[in-house]
Amino acid sequence: MKIYGVYIINRAGGLIFSRDASPKIEVEKTFSYPIDIKFKSYDEKIVVAFGQRDGIKVGHVVLSINGVDTGFQDEGRSYNMTKLKDGREILKILDDESSYPLSIKFGRLRMTANEKIMLLSMFHSIFAMSVQLSPVPRSSGIEVLEADTFKLHCFQTLTGIKLIVITDPRCSDMNIFLKKLYELYADYALKNPFYQNDMPIKCPLFEEKLTQAIDTSERISN
Amino acid sequence: MIFNLYIYDRSGTCLFYHEWNRQKQVDVSREEDFKLMYGMTFSLKSFCNRISPTDPNIGFTSFKTSQYKLHFYETPSGLKFIMTTDLQIQGDIRFLMHTLYKDVFVEYAIRDPECELNKPIKSKLFSEKLNEFIQKQPQFGNIAQTALSSIVK
Repeated sequence: MKIYGVYIINRAGGLIFSRDASPKIEVEKTFSYPIDIKFKSYDEKIVVAFGQRDGIKVGHVVLSINGVDTGFQDEGRSYNMTKLKDGREILKILDDESSYPLSIKFGRLRMTANEKIMLLSMFHSIFAMSVQLSPVPRSSGIEVLEADTFKLHCFQTLTGIKLIVITDPRCSDMNIFLKKLYELYADYALKNPFYQNDMPIKCPLFEEKLTQAIDTSERISN
Repeated sequence: MIFNLYIYDRSGTCLFYHEWNRQKQVDVSREEDFKLMYGMTFSLKSFCNRISPTDPNIGFTSFKTSQYKLHFYETPSGLKFIMTTDLQIQGDIRFLMHTLYKDVFVEYAIRDPECELNKPIKSKLFSEKLNEFIQKQPQFGNIAQTALSSIVK
């Protein structure tokens, strides 16, 4: 079974390790005027707001128009995906009848580093809430979270570190992998003399061993 | 065994709450409990939509801890059904909640002219019918038996 992501969060909810292997989702299509998709500008991106078709989903971001990529850098600071590389505004191009036919490439954006930090700290508090809201005494936090497209497995160590693995929704048991991950964390991150507790893990040996563990786990379950 | 059920409308008002076998009471008020539960599922929904490796369709469906399992079902109109059960539960709870919505909620709450929209449901008939529906489910479990097992523990 495919492992899409591995995350480690510390006791305070800070992300100290992340590995992301989500697939690239991109669709390119040629449109004539008038275009039957509604767009909106959201968080410096042009997002599909309405009109799912041919693999283009609500939430997809405009990645390029006629082969010109989006993303505009202002004096090397802000990264604005509402404009093309050459500085033209996307919404204006889409409204302008004379610019058609247009070949637009859509895609699902991967999480940025900031987004990962935000989402995983969100999980940290949801985890605490699930203990509070338990209808039974002495419950742990979330161990397995299911959604239609993935399954999240979480293992909290006695010291409060959370090890999180995101897999295929059909994957049933990740306990062996989580234990293995804990072992690797203890052996290669904590025993590294240059590693400071609760700080991001940047140990090449740990990453190498983790890649091996992921390969083994994916091979066994297939 | 089914522990409890929350029904929320699209703006987060708790329309209905009932508990059958809840063993641990919250240390905050009922209202706070409703808000916390709504807040948690709301965050979980957006969390799942963003962290999903591929395009999500329905998104978050359930989670499980060492002691209980929480099931989440949302209708296209934004009504949310949240049910907690024990871990031994068999069968599809989301389907059960869909049936509950279709056969009990629509029939006895929506079709009741006295039931105000987006206000907590006060109808006696509705809560009776709902109780009846839940208690005849094979997943419901036996209260007498659970009471006994908690004494043994």
